[in-house]
Amino acid sequence: MDGTSAFASALTLIGGLDPQFLEIVGLSLFVTLTSVSIAAVIGLPLGAWLALARFPGRPAVIILINTMMGLPPVVAGLIVFLMLSRSGPLGQLGWLFTPKAMIVAQTVLVLPIVIALTRSTIEELWHEYREYLTSLGLVGSKAIQTLLWDGRFALVTGLLSGFGRASAEVGAVLIVGGNIAGYTRTMTTSIALETSKGDLPLALGLGIVLIALTLLINALAYAASRIGSRFAGT
Amino acid sequence: MTMQKQASILPLIIKDLGFDAGGKNLLLDVDITLPKAGITAIIGPNGAGKSLFLRLCHGLITPTRGQVIWHARPDEIANRKRHMMVFQHPLMLRRSVQANVMHALQATGAADAQNRARFALDRFGLLSLAEQPARLLSGGEKQRVALARAWALEPEVMFLDEPTSQLDPGATRQIEEIILTMAAEGMTIIMATHDLGQARRLSQRIVFMHRGRLIEDASSNSFFASPATAEARAFIAGDLLW
Repeated sequence: MDGTSAFASALTLIGGLDPQFLEIVGLSLFVTLTSVSIAAVIGLPLGAWLALARFPGRPAVIILINTMMGLPPVVAGLIVFLMLSRSGPLGQLGWLFTPKAMIVAQTVLVLPIVIALTRSTIEELWHEYREYLTSLGLVGSKAIQTLLWDGRFALVTGLLSGFGRASAEVGAVLIVGGNIAGYTRTMTTSIALETSKGDLPLALGLGIVLIALTLLINALAYAASRIGSRFAGT
Repeated sequence: MTMQKQASILPLIIKDLGFDAGGKNLLLDVDITLPKAGITAIIGPNGAGKSLFLRLCHGLITPTRGQVIWHARPDEIANRKRHMMVFQHPLMLRRSVQANVMHALQATGAADAQNRARFALDRFGLLSLAEQPARLLSGGEKQRVALARAWALEPEVMFLDEPTSQLDPGATRQIEEIILTMAAEGMTIIMATHDLGQARRLSQRIVFMHRGRLIEDASSNSFFASPATAEARAFIAGDLLW
């Protein structure tokens, strides 16, 4: 099948709301959105705490987290695989080759991004806010809520870039999910598989959805920073 | 105002106050008692230690030497609901004007924050700005909001650090009117300024600082009529001091 007819078939898949196609898109979104939500719940307060806390070894922790932002997804997948495999420390959970394992793997990928961007955003804000908040008696953990809310526009951008990284990666979900049809097959793993099988329309259709998603993420990030500067003067 | 129900935190007694940084005495041997009511102006050239003195009194900085003693609860410098500070460049949170005032009220445990915030804004003619993003206001508006925000907490003492140094004459006049209103309500105002005209217009008492020391403390009338030190005479005459 040549590229042009594959493209036409891909559009038919999207337009016709093919059930298999929708299932793959749905699972991808579910896994990624869940991972980003978990990473946000853990990473926002942790990043804010790291911005304000002073303890020995803090620079090492910051460098470690920054390094983990660049962790290759396959390596993250491998680590989660070892943890969840039958003989691993979390083996008895029975999560390997399920969407749960994929969520764990993507959370491992997104969490460092959320923590690192939150830390730098909050640290910068704290520098500006310290005197005023101290005057109000908001120091330490009492300042975190104010700082997170006032950093909301920058933090949303951080979450979106985490979403971007998770939705685009193949390696981690492939290793821990196993790419089982109808169960753990996501957009990226399907593209890898279908392309090697020669089923170009499905691969191309999913590719178009992924690109559209990336476009949407960037539009949202742009909108967040525009709204931020118009509303908050940041 | 409900401040009268509580025991007064005044007089504020400052004993042998000193602060060092980088091997330098930035503030040295300051002794002063500040009683209730009135406007006290801390004046002096740049670098005299005015802002530092206010920050030490407010409890933002820990002194190297000496003590800041509030009449009530002498062990607790940081009971900041009773004394507030408005800074030279007031920080506006990335929220609306009203949300800024509500945040300060909620941070200090006040009930009914929304009504009190609107009341404070209305008191100083700022209600029309209530929904505006606070960071997009003009410098004068920001300073008025900062004053209303501090006033809303009903402090007994208000520290002001150069509240009009960045403002044009019109905005300066509005700020001075707010300060006079607060003082007329019984709030004790302690303000740093390098604007001699402003000190003369507003204050009953002048504290003159130079190179980290308090070198003159007099009523406003006698300070301007007959300054006791050569430095104060030079400062009033407009000579550069360093």
